[in-house]
Amino acid sequence: MSDTLDDDKPTRRDFLYITTGAFGVVGAASVAWPLIDQLNPDASVKAVSTIEVDISSIEPGSFLKVAWRGKPIYIRRRTNEEIADAEKDDNLNLPDPQKDIDRVQKKEWLVVVGVCTHLGCIPIANQGEYEGWFCPCHGSHYDISGRIRKGPAPTNLEVPPYEFVSDSLIKIG
Amino acid sequence: MDTDYKYEPKNGLTRWLDSRLPLMRFTSEHVLQFPTPKNLNYFWTFGFILTMCLVTQIITGIILAMHYAPSTLLAFDSVEHIMRNVNYGWLIRYIHSNGASMFFLAVFIHMFRGLYYGSYKEPREVIWILGCIIYLLMIVTAFMGYVLPWGQMSFWGATVIINLVGTLPLIGESLTQMLLGGFAVDNPTLNRFFSLHYLLPFIIFGVVLLHIWALHVPGNNNPVGLSVQGKQDTVAFHPYYTVKDFFAYTVFLLLFCYFIFYNPNALGHADNYIEADAMVTPAHIVPEWYLLPFYAILRAVPDKLAGVLLMFGAIAVLFFLPWLDTAKVRSGRYRPIFRYFYVLFVIDCLILGYLGAQVPEGIYLFLSRVTTIYYFAFFLLVLPILGRIEKMKPMPIGISNSELSRDMVAAE
Repeated sequence: MSDTLDDDKPTRRDFLYITTGAFGVVGAASVAWPLIDQLNPDASVKAVSTIEVDISSIEPGSFLKVAWRGKPIYIRRRTNEEIADAEKDDNLNLPDPQKDIDRVQKKEWLVVVGVCTHLGCIPIANQGEYEGWFCPCHGSHYDISGRIRKGPAPTNLEVPPYEFVSDSLIKIG
Repeated sequence: MDTDYKYEPKNGLTRWLDSRLPLMRFTSEHVLQFPTPKNLNYFWTFGFILTMCLVTQIITGIILAMHYAPSTLLAFDSVEHIMRNVNYGWLIRYIHSNGASMFFLAVFIHMFRGLYYGSYKEPREVIWILGCIIYLLMIVTAFMGYVLPWGQMSFWGATVIINLVGTLPLIGESLTQMLLGGFAVDNPTLNRFFSLHYLLPFIIFGVVLLHIWALHVPGNNNPVGLSVQGKQDTVAFHPYYTVKDFFAYTVFLLLFCYFIFYNPNALGHADNYIEADAMVTPAHIVPEWYLLPFYAILRAVPDKLAGVLLMFGAIAVLFFLPWLDTAKVRSGRYRPIFRYFYVLFVIDCLILGYLGAQVPEGIYLFLSRVTTIYYFAFFLLVLPILGRIEKMKPMPIGISNSELSRDMVAAE
């Protein structure tokens, strides 16, 4: 070999360096992925994702709290006054604007995840300035439709996926 | 640091060892004979005290792990088992739980000392940054450790803090689920926290070694902030500072023992003696006292993401301190205006700690906003500007003259 190799010209050795390096990175990443992915929710956690709840015993104006995916779900049977209250505020300037009708399947029944959208505490029902929910951790107030009205929480209480199996049975998840 | 002292092996055995593993040379030059400024005050003993805190936590922690069961079904009971059945289990657990508080108390004094005497300034920036990394690791370790007893505060503290991650746009939700290993804090979360809580102290130990290594390049800062100019400014670390450090540590142990033996639950929260319940939130979620200032900053802001960013920013800003402070003079002793801002900053941090334990409403909310603003203003406005305009007091010529010149200044 001569000493007059052109420095700018890629050599066979450059090609070997780059391909070896690239294979090394891909190899390392493919080994790293299982080590990272094991952190994600496992099959047993994902498996228990639907529950059925009998709602026939809930009186108007009261609620039932059930556990779903390790989180509480509030199933609330609302009175006519409460529904009227919720709909009256539909067009106010809400932090997370949403009409009451878009948050329920049947007006009488409100189903929400009982986890404050701020930092995950459980709001207490029938408390706060809007008599829906009040989160004791950082002072978020929700109304009778589970909408955020005052405090640090950014969004309304989440409505989980659910369906009415019959008039007295709800399937959540 | 240059030193006139060089280790000389005294006999055949040490000569043989020295040319194979110069362990005794290293100990002699970097511990026993290490030249240390002769004017260090008691605030300089906290480095040693902190090392002892770390060792204490590691020893008691390893023992606790022999009796603890990291499972949501067993964790709470196994901690009660440690308290009631294991021989001296109550003692070892109280040392570990109060040891965390003492560790943070010592690290706060250590950091405030560095802040006052300018120990983060050129050429000690890397020491300071490594210290900030240690502090961050300490916070993460302590947080995970607090989850292990699986009480109500463990569970809900973890829920609130991990949900902070959920505020991040786009990746927030999937990252939260990855950290939790599920949809809520549960058994997978507890298990991984136990694993990491066991690991991190050893990582901290490694960074501590780097911290000390970086310290041994320029040597210690000192109360007058002047660089060592020669042998007349230093004494050997042993016996002068080994004795001083041990004496200070003994006094520190008195306070430690007061908590362990007379008031072991004073710094904890009663709700953590109630087993974790995913369906009931305690009326008032409070983190451990050493995290309260940051909790106050988090809650001072009405916007969720902004609150989270500000809270992390409160720690992140520490990393930039060496470049935010523009004053060339290190020690606060010769900075007449800085001293007032510094005292105000210490008071500000204490008030933030108090506010972190209050309900964020009315006057408390207002005060936490004012104190949060000052916290950031101190780093981002006061230190950069003050360094340019402040008129420094007359400085002594060297460390050896410092006591003399202090008298001269006093006589003026």
